[in-house]
Amino acid sequence: MEAATQNAIPGILAECGGNAMCATCHVYVDDEWLDRLPSILEQEEALLTEVVAERRQTSRLSCQIEITSDLDGLLLHIPNKQI
Amino acid sequence: MTTTRSIPELDIDPFSMEFFDDPYHTHDRLRETGPVVRLPKWNVYAVARHREVRAILHDHVSFCSSRGAGLSDFAKEAPWRPPSLILEADPPEHTRIRAVFDRILSPALVRDLREHFTSIAELKAEEVVSKGNVDAISDIAEAFPLAVFPDAVGLKKEGREHLLPYAGVVFNAFGPPNELRQQSLERSMPHQAYVQEQCQRKNLMLGGLGASIYSRVELGEISDLEAPLLVRSLLSAGLDTTVNALGAALYCLARFPDQWSRLRGDPTLARKAFQEAIRFESPVQTFFRTTTRKVEIDGFDVPAGEKVLMFLGAANRDPRKWDRPNEYDICRQTSGHVGFGSGVHMCSGQFLAQLEGEVMLSALARKVKSIEISGAVRRRYNNTLRGLDSLPITLNAMD
Repeated sequence: MEAATQNAIPGILAECGGNAMCATCHVYVDDEWLDRLPSILEQEEALLTEVVAERRQTSRLSCQIEITSDLDGLLLHIPNKQI
Repeated sequence: MTTTRSIPELDIDPFSMEFFDDPYHTHDRLRETGPVVRLPKWNVYAVARHREVRAILHDHVSFCSSRGAGLSDFAKEAPWRPPSLILEADPPEHTRIRAVFDRILSPALVRDLREHFTSIAELKAEEVVSKGNVDAISDIAEAFPLAVFPDAVGLKKEGREHLLPYAGVVFNAFGPPNELRQQSLERSMPHQAYVQEQCQRKNLMLGGLGASIYSRVELGEISDLEAPLLVRSLLSAGLDTTVNALGAALYCLARFPDQWSRLRGDPTLARKAFQEAIRFESPVQTFFRTTTRKVEIDGFDVPAGEKVLMFLGAANRDPRKWDRPNEYDICRQTSGHVGFGSGVHMCSGQFLAQLEGEVMLSALARKVKSIEISGAVRRRYNNTLRGLDSLPITLNAMD
């Protein structure tokens, strides 16, 4: 999420600044990467039910994906809307 | 052996009228003097840079809230009212209570209120535009939240005039024992009595936010004794804050007509305009934490049991974080501002606040060609809240 907001990537709003409260940093993780991410915890799961765009199997909140060197090259798709 | 660097001191009073009139020069001094500064005036440590303020907000273990979010240390003196179960609590006790608020004020639930809030905003906008000359504070910043929030809570009609004065007491009480705080508390009894009464289940209309708190009692999430205090939190934090945020937005848009033009050209920018006003003015200027252990902040040691004052408003204009921090720019990416806080205590009502701000500014943006300040601007003084008492404006209608 930070990478998106710092690089002015349109389509990631991150209204709550990465606090897993607003569900406006929603992304679709590319199939190849889905299982390589840490699992969804309770708070993220609760917010994923609130995303405005279609929730898919690949949906994650980008503020909950902490970037490590293992994730170099991670591919995320931006939904058509956040609010 | 390492030598502890001594923490620099600044002889300033961030709760004085002079400071409230113009905090920015002092904010600069606070940020530039060091990552942590001591204020001997009130015997507190102060943090004003964005990175450090955010770090403190996210370290609730070292910087706790259960000893009060104001200057008063609940380990040393009795709080002025029974502590808030949400604001003045730490995990794990806080976590359960917080979950209840998050469900009641969730983005989805707030979306249900959108249609109704929008129609009220439309009526209010029409009314003020047809008048032309109004006071942006009493006629919009106060009037609109008062027209939607108490009903959303499910409060009865009588007695609502106590709501803003009560909130004024709450936010003054976070400050030091100065005249503002003393006088506020001295006059508070009727307001406290009103609020306490409205927190009772029988006084909250079905379908409102207050009633939905009580429904969590049936679900076993909170107890019967806890419910009134949670309603009290809604009434403490849910109105004066939005009044000052909306007032801030109107003040910004009135001072910066180029931003009004942008908003008029694209009313969907209303939400961003509101968020940027919160960053720019930071209606909630400060909050305290208490250290639970000796903590190191960028090489400086703060002892255990000390009050740490976070300058949210200063962090929101820290040039280390923000490009052109002192410019009101409604297209700015505001994500990361601390006007709503951050971390486990981040404002639970922020989506409700944003809804109010967005629909009111959007309604005005579609009807108003320009806004001018048309008379003397008067500041409202409060130990925690930054805002105006009076903002006379002229609203020029679209042709």
